[in-house]
Amino acid sequence: MLAHSIVFYFFSLITIFSSIMVISSKNTIHAVFFLILDFVSISCLFIMLGAEFLGMITLIVYVGAVAVLFLFVVMMININFSELKSGFLNYLPFGSLIGLVILLELFIMVGAWKYKDNFLTTGEIVINKEITNTQSIGNVIYTDYIHYFQISGIILLVAMIGAILLTFQKRDFLKRQNIIQQVSRERSDSVSVVKVETYKGIKIDD
Amino acid sequence: MIDVGLGHYLGLGAVIFTIGVVGIFLNRKNVIVLLMSIELILIAVNINLVSFSVYQQDIVGQVFTMFVLTVAAAEAAIGLAILVVFFRNKGSIHVDDINNLKG
Repeated sequence: MLAHSIVFYFFSLITIFSSIMVISSKNTIHAVFFLILDFVSISCLFIMLGAEFLGMITLIVYVGAVAVLFLFVVMMININFSELKSGFLNYLPFGSLIGLVILLELFIMVGAWKYKDNFLTTGEIVINKEITNTQSIGNVIYTDYIHYFQISGIILLVAMIGAILLTFQKRDFLKRQNIIQQVSRERSDSVSVVKVETYKGIKIDD
Repeated sequence: MIDVGLGHYLGLGAVIFTIGVVGIFLNRKNVIVLLMSIELILIAVNINLVSFSVYQQDIVGQVFTMFVLTVAAAEAAIGLAILVVFFRNKGSIHVDDINNLKG
Protein backbone atom coordinates (compact mmCIF):
# COMPACT_ATOMS: atom_id res chain seq x y z
CA MET A 1 0.00 0.00 0.00
CA LEU A 2 2.87 2.34 0.82
CA ALA A 3 4.57 1.53 -2.47
CA HIS A 4 1.32 2.32 -4.29
CA SER A 5 1.11 5.76 -2.71
CA ILE A 6 4.78 6.50 -3.33
CA VAL A 7 4.42 5.58 -7.02
CA PHE A 8 1.19 7.58 -7.30
CA TYR A 9 2.74 10.72 -5.83
CA PHE A 10 5.87 10.30 -7.98
CA PHE A 11 3.95 10.06 -11.25
CA SER A 12 1.36 12.68 -10.37
CA LEU A 13 4.02 15.21 -9.37
CA ILE A 14 5.77 14.61 -12.71
CA THR A 15 2.43 14.99 -14.47
CA ILE A 16 1.52 18.27 -12.78
CA PHE A 17 5.01 19.71 -13.25
CA SER A 18 5.11 18.83 -16.93
CA SER A 19 1.59 20.20 -17.56
CA ILE A 20 2.64 23.50 -16.00
CA MET A 21 5.73 23.49 -18.21
CA VAL A 22 3.56 22.80 -21.29
CA ILE A 23 1.60 26.01 -20.84
CA SER A 24 4.48 28.18 -19.63
CA SER A 25 7.63 27.22 -21.53
CA LYS A 26 8.98 29.78 -23.97
CA ASN A 27 10.02 27.36 -26.67
CA THR A 28 7.17 25.47 -28.32
CA ILE A 29 9.40 22.47 -29.01
CA HIS A 30 10.05 22.20 -25.27
CA ALA A 31 6.30 22.42 -24.68
CA VAL A 32 5.73 19.46 -27.01
CA PHE A 33 8.42 17.44 -25.22
CA PHE A 34 6.84 18.20 -21.86
CA LEU A 35 3.50 17.14 -23.35
CA ILE A 36 5.10 13.79 -24.24
CA LEU A 37 6.41 13.45 -20.66
CA ASP A 38 2.91 14.25 -19.41
CA PHE A 39 1.31 11.55 -21.57
CA VAL A 40 3.91 8.95 -20.57
CA SER A 41 3.42 9.54 -16.85
CA ILE A 42 -0.37 9.53 -17.22
CA SER A 43 -0.19 6.21 -19.04
CA CYS A 44 1.97 4.89 -16.18
CA LEU A 45 -0.80 6.02 -13.80
CA PHE A 46 -3.37 4.15 -15.92
CA ILE A 47 -1.28 0.97 -15.80
CA MET A 48 -0.90 1.41 -12.04
CA LEU A 49 -4.68 1.72 -11.68
CA GLY A 50 -5.19 -1.60 -13.43
CA ALA A 51 -6.25 -0.31 -16.84
CA GLU A 52 -3.27 -1.71 -18.76
CA PHE A 53 -4.93 -1.65 -22.16
CA LEU A 54 -5.79 2.03 -21.91
CA GLY A 55 -2.31 2.84 -20.67
CA MET A 56 -0.79 1.23 -23.72
CA ILE A 57 -3.38 2.81 -26.05
CA THR A 58 -2.60 6.20 -24.51
CA LEU A 59 1.08 5.65 -25.22
CA ILE A 60 0.41 4.59 -28.81
CA VAL A 61 -2.18 7.22 -29.70
CA TYR A 62 -0.95 10.25 -27.77
CA VAL A 63 2.82 9.82 -27.80
CA GLY A 64 3.05 7.96 -31.09
CA ALA A 65 0.54 9.93 -33.13
CA VAL A 66 -0.66 13.18 -31.58
CA ALA A 67 2.64 14.42 -30.10
CA VAL A 68 4.54 13.51 -33.27
CA LEU A 69 1.90 15.41 -35.27
CA PHE A 70 2.48 18.45 -33.03
CA LEU A 71 6.23 18.11 -33.53
CA PHE A 72 5.83 17.95 -37.30
CA VAL A 73 3.64 21.05 -37.36
CA VAL A 74 6.05 22.99 -35.12
CA MET A 75 8.84 21.94 -37.46
CA MET A 76 6.95 22.95 -40.61
CA ILE A 77 5.83 26.36 -39.34
CA ASN A 78 8.93 28.48 -39.51
CA ILE A 79 8.43 31.50 -37.26
CA ASN A 80 10.09 33.01 -34.25
CA PHE A 81 8.29 31.45 -31.33
CA SER A 82 9.91 33.54 -28.60
CA GLU A 83 8.03 36.71 -29.52
CA LEU A 84 4.75 34.83 -29.23
CA LYS A 85 5.12 34.81 -25.45
CA SER A 86 5.01 38.58 -25.07
CA GLY A 87 1.41 38.84 -23.86
CA PHE A 88 1.89 36.13 -21.25
CA LEU A 89 2.12 38.38 -18.20
CA ASN A 90 -0.85 40.55 -19.21
CA TYR A 91 -3.23 37.65 -18.92
CA LEU A 92 -1.59 36.03 -15.88
CA PRO A 93 -3.72 37.62 -13.09
CA PHE A 94 -7.02 37.07 -14.90
CA GLY A 95 -6.11 33.54 -16.00
CA SER A 96 -4.93 32.45 -12.57
CA LEU A 97 -8.06 33.92 -10.97
CA ILE A 98 -10.29 31.89 -13.30
CA GLY A 99 -8.10 28.84 -12.74
CA LEU A 100 -8.28 29.16 -8.98
CA VAL A 101 -12.08 29.44 -9.09
CA ILE A 102 -12.37 26.36 -11.32
CA LEU A 103 -9.99 24.36 -9.12
CA LEU A 104 -11.90 25.38 -5.99
CA GLU A 105 -15.21 24.38 -7.57
CA LEU A 106 -13.86 21.00 -8.66
CA PHE A 107 -12.43 20.24 -5.22
CA ILE A 108 -15.66 21.29 -3.53
CA MET A 109 -17.51 18.94 -5.87
CA VAL A 110 -15.16 16.04 -5.14
CA GLY A 111 -15.38 16.71 -1.41
CA ALA A 112 -19.18 16.88 -1.41
CA TRP A 113 -19.43 13.74 -3.51
CA LYS A 114 -17.91 11.77 -0.61
CA TYR A 115 -21.04 12.34 1.46
CA LYS A 116 -23.37 10.96 -1.20
CA ASP A 117 -23.50 7.36 -0.05
CA ASN A 118 -25.59 5.63 -2.73
CA PHE A 119 -23.30 6.66 -5.55
CA LEU A 120 -21.25 3.48 -5.77
CA THR A 121 -24.12 1.14 -6.61
CA THR A 122 -24.70 2.05 -10.24
CA GLY A 123 -22.35 -0.45 -11.89
CA GLU A 124 -24.00 -2.53 -14.56
CA ILE A 125 -21.18 -4.34 -16.30
CA VAL A 126 -18.96 -5.56 -13.51
CA ILE A 127 -15.24 -6.04 -14.10
CA ASN A 128 -14.44 -9.72 -14.05
CA LYS A 129 -11.23 -10.36 -12.13
CA GLU A 130 -10.66 -13.72 -13.83
CA ILE A 131 -9.87 -12.31 -17.28
CA THR A 132 -7.41 -9.63 -18.34
CA ASN A 133 -8.27 -5.98 -18.80
CA THR A 134 -7.89 -6.17 -22.57
CA GLN A 135 -10.21 -9.15 -22.78
CA SER A 136 -12.90 -7.52 -20.68
CA ILE A 137 -12.80 -4.33 -22.80
CA GLY A 138 -13.02 -6.46 -25.93
CA ASN A 139 -15.97 -8.38 -24.53
CA VAL A 140 -17.89 -5.14 -24.14
CA ILE A 141 -16.71 -3.12 -27.10
CA TYR A 142 -17.59 -5.66 -29.79
CA THR A 143 -21.00 -6.54 -28.40
CA ASP A 144 -22.80 -3.80 -26.48
CA TYR A 145 -20.87 -0.87 -27.92
CA ILE A 146 -20.38 -2.04 -31.50
CA HIS A 147 -22.24 0.92 -32.99
CA TYR A 148 -20.21 3.43 -30.97
CA PHE A 149 -17.08 1.61 -32.04
CA GLN A 150 -17.97 1.83 -35.73
CA ILE A 151 -19.01 5.48 -35.40
CA SER A 152 -15.62 6.25 -33.87
CA GLY A 153 -14.02 4.58 -36.88
CA ILE A 154 -16.09 6.80 -39.16
CA ILE A 155 -15.01 9.85 -37.14
CA LEU A 156 -11.38 8.90 -37.72
CA LEU A 157 -12.03 8.42 -41.44
CA VAL A 158 -13.74 11.82 -41.71
CA ALA A 159 -10.86 13.44 -39.81
CA MET A 160 -8.33 11.85 -42.13
CA ILE A 161 -10.16 12.93 -45.29
CA GLY A 162 -10.69 16.42 -43.86
CA ALA A 163 -7.04 16.86 -42.91
CA ILE A 164 -5.86 15.72 -46.35
CA LEU A 165 -8.41 17.93 -48.11
CA LEU A 166 -7.49 20.98 -46.02
CA THR A 167 -3.76 20.77 -46.56
CA PHE A 168 -3.86 19.62 -50.20
CA GLN A 169 -2.66 22.24 -52.63
CA LYS A 170 -2.47 22.09 -56.41
CA ARG A 171 0.92 22.82 -57.91
CA ASP A 172 1.70 23.11 -61.60
CA PHE A 173 5.08 21.42 -61.54
CA LEU A 174 3.71 18.27 -59.95
CA LYS A 175 2.62 15.63 -62.43
CA ARG A 176 -0.49 13.81 -61.29
CA GLN A 177 -2.24 10.79 -62.69
CA ASN A 178 -5.24 11.60 -64.88
CA ILE A 179 -7.15 8.38 -65.31
CA ILE A 180 -9.57 9.61 -68.01
CA GLN A 181 -6.69 10.85 -70.10
CA GLN A 182 -4.86 7.58 -69.62
CA VAL A 183 -7.76 5.36 -70.54
CA SER A 184 -8.94 7.35 -73.54
CA ARG A 185 -5.52 7.39 -75.15
CA GLU A 186 -5.46 6.07 -78.73
CA ARG A 187 -2.69 4.29 -80.56
CA SER A 188 -2.69 6.87 -83.32
CA ASP A 189 -1.95 9.68 -80.87
CA SER A 190 1.17 8.17 -79.45
CA VAL A 191 2.79 5.78 -81.93
CA SER A 192 3.61 6.39 -85.59
CA VAL A 193 5.67 4.52 -88.14
CA VAL A 194 8.28 6.65 -89.90
CA LYS A 195 10.32 5.73 -92.93
CA VAL A 196 13.98 6.51 -92.22
CA GLU A 197 16.32 7.06 -95.16
CA THR A 198 19.76 5.51 -95.03
CA TYR A 199 22.61 7.79 -93.82
CA LYS A 200 20.16 10.67 -93.33
CA GLY A 201 18.68 9.94 -89.96
CA ILE A 202 15.51 11.51 -88.70
CA LYS A 203 14.70 14.52 -86.60
CA ILE A 204 12.19 13.92 -83.88
CA ASP A 205 10.50 17.06 -82.69
CA ASP A 206 9.46 16.87 -79.10
CA MET B 1 -3.12 11.27 2.87
CA ILE B 2 -0.86 8.27 2.57
CA ASP B 3 -3.65 5.94 1.55
CA VAL B 4 -4.31 6.64 -2.13
CA GLY B 5 -7.95 6.31 -3.14
CA LEU B 6 -10.39 7.55 -5.72
CA GLY B 7 -10.29 11.09 -4.35
CA HIS B 8 -6.59 11.42 -5.09
CA TYR B 9 -7.07 10.50 -8.74
CA LEU B 10 -10.01 12.88 -9.05
CA GLY B 11 -7.89 15.61 -7.50
CA LEU B 12 -5.11 14.95 -10.01
CA GLY B 13 -7.64 15.13 -12.83
CA ALA B 14 -9.01 18.42 -11.46
CA VAL B 15 -5.53 19.94 -11.23
CA ILE B 16 -4.63 18.96 -14.80
CA PHE B 17 -7.99 20.21 -16.08
CA THR B 18 -7.41 23.57 -14.38
CA ILE B 19 -3.89 23.82 -15.81
CA GLY B 20 -5.35 23.23 -19.27
CA VAL B 21 -8.00 25.94 -18.84
CA VAL B 22 -5.40 28.41 -17.51
CA GLY B 23 -3.20 27.55 -20.49
CA ILE B 24 -6.01 28.58 -22.84
CA PHE B 25 -6.27 31.91 -21.00
CA LEU B 26 -2.53 32.60 -20.88
CA ASN B 27 -1.38 31.71 -24.39
CA ARG B 28 -3.21 34.27 -26.49
CA LYS B 29 -0.62 34.32 -29.25
CA ASN B 30 0.28 30.73 -29.97
CA VAL B 31 -2.40 28.44 -31.36
CA ILE B 32 -0.21 25.33 -31.01
CA VAL B 33 -0.02 25.72 -27.22
CA LEU B 34 -3.77 26.33 -27.24
CA LEU B 35 -4.31 22.96 -28.94
CA MET B 36 -1.96 21.32 -26.44
CA SER B 37 -4.02 22.80 -23.58
CA ILE B 38 -7.12 21.21 -25.11
CA GLU B 39 -5.26 17.88 -25.13
CA LEU B 40 -4.47 18.38 -21.43
CA ILE B 41 -8.16 18.97 -20.68
CA LEU B 42 -9.15 15.83 -22.58
CA ILE B 43 -6.61 13.67 -20.78
CA ALA B 44 -7.81 15.03 -17.42
CA VAL B 45 -11.30 13.83 -18.36
CA ASN B 46 -9.73 10.48 -19.27
CA ILE B 47 -8.11 10.22 -15.84
CA ASN B 48 -11.50 10.84 -14.20
CA LEU B 49 -13.24 8.22 -16.37
CA VAL B 50 -10.59 5.55 -15.79
CA SER B 51 -10.39 6.09 -12.04
CA PHE B 52 -14.18 5.97 -11.65
CA SER B 53 -14.25 2.85 -13.82
CA VAL B 54 -11.63 1.08 -11.72
CA TYR B 55 -13.01 2.09 -8.32
CA GLN B 56 -16.61 1.36 -9.32
CA GLN B 57 -15.69 -1.97 -10.95
CA ASP B 58 -17.48 -0.95 -14.14
CA ILE B 59 -15.72 -1.44 -17.47
CA VAL B 60 -17.86 1.08 -19.39
CA GLY B 61 -15.74 4.00 -18.22
CA GLN B 62 -12.71 2.54 -19.92
CA VAL B 63 -14.69 1.97 -23.11
CA PHE B 64 -15.74 5.61 -23.10
CA THR B 65 -12.13 6.62 -22.50
CA MET B 66 -11.28 4.92 -25.78
CA PHE B 67 -13.94 6.96 -27.58
CA VAL B 68 -12.65 10.17 -25.99
CA LEU B 69 -9.18 9.17 -27.20
CA THR B 70 -10.52 8.72 -30.73
CA VAL B 71 -12.18 12.11 -30.75
CA ALA B 72 -9.03 13.71 -29.30
CA ALA B 73 -6.88 12.24 -32.07
CA ALA B 74 -9.33 13.39 -34.77
CA GLU B 75 -9.54 16.86 -33.20
CA ALA B 76 -5.76 17.22 -33.08
CA ALA B 77 -5.43 16.18 -36.74
CA ILE B 78 -8.12 18.58 -37.97
CA GLY B 79 -6.93 21.43 -35.74
CA LEU B 80 -3.34 21.15 -36.89
CA ALA B 81 -4.46 20.94 -40.53
CA ILE B 82 -6.47 24.15 -40.09
CA LEU B 83 -3.43 25.71 -38.41
CA VAL B 84 -1.16 24.79 -41.33
CA VAL B 85 -3.62 26.25 -43.85
CA PHE B 86 -3.98 29.41 -41.77
CA PHE B 87 -0.22 29.83 -41.55
CA ARG B 88 0.05 29.36 -45.32
CA ASN B 89 -2.47 32.15 -45.93
CA LYS B 90 -1.51 34.68 -43.25
CA GLY B 91 2.08 33.89 -42.34
CA SER B 92 1.43 33.91 -38.59
CA ILE B 93 -0.25 31.84 -35.91
CA HIS B 94 -1.35 34.68 -33.64
CA VAL B 95 -4.77 34.19 -32.13
CA ASP B 96 -5.48 37.89 -32.63
CA ASP B 97 -5.03 37.53 -36.41
CA ILE B 98 -7.78 34.94 -36.65
CA ASN B 99 -10.65 37.35 -37.25
CA ASN B 100 -11.68 36.71 -40.84
CA LEU B 101 -15.23 35.77 -39.88
CA LYS B 102 -15.70 38.96 -37.88
CA GLY B 103 -16.68 40.85 -41.02
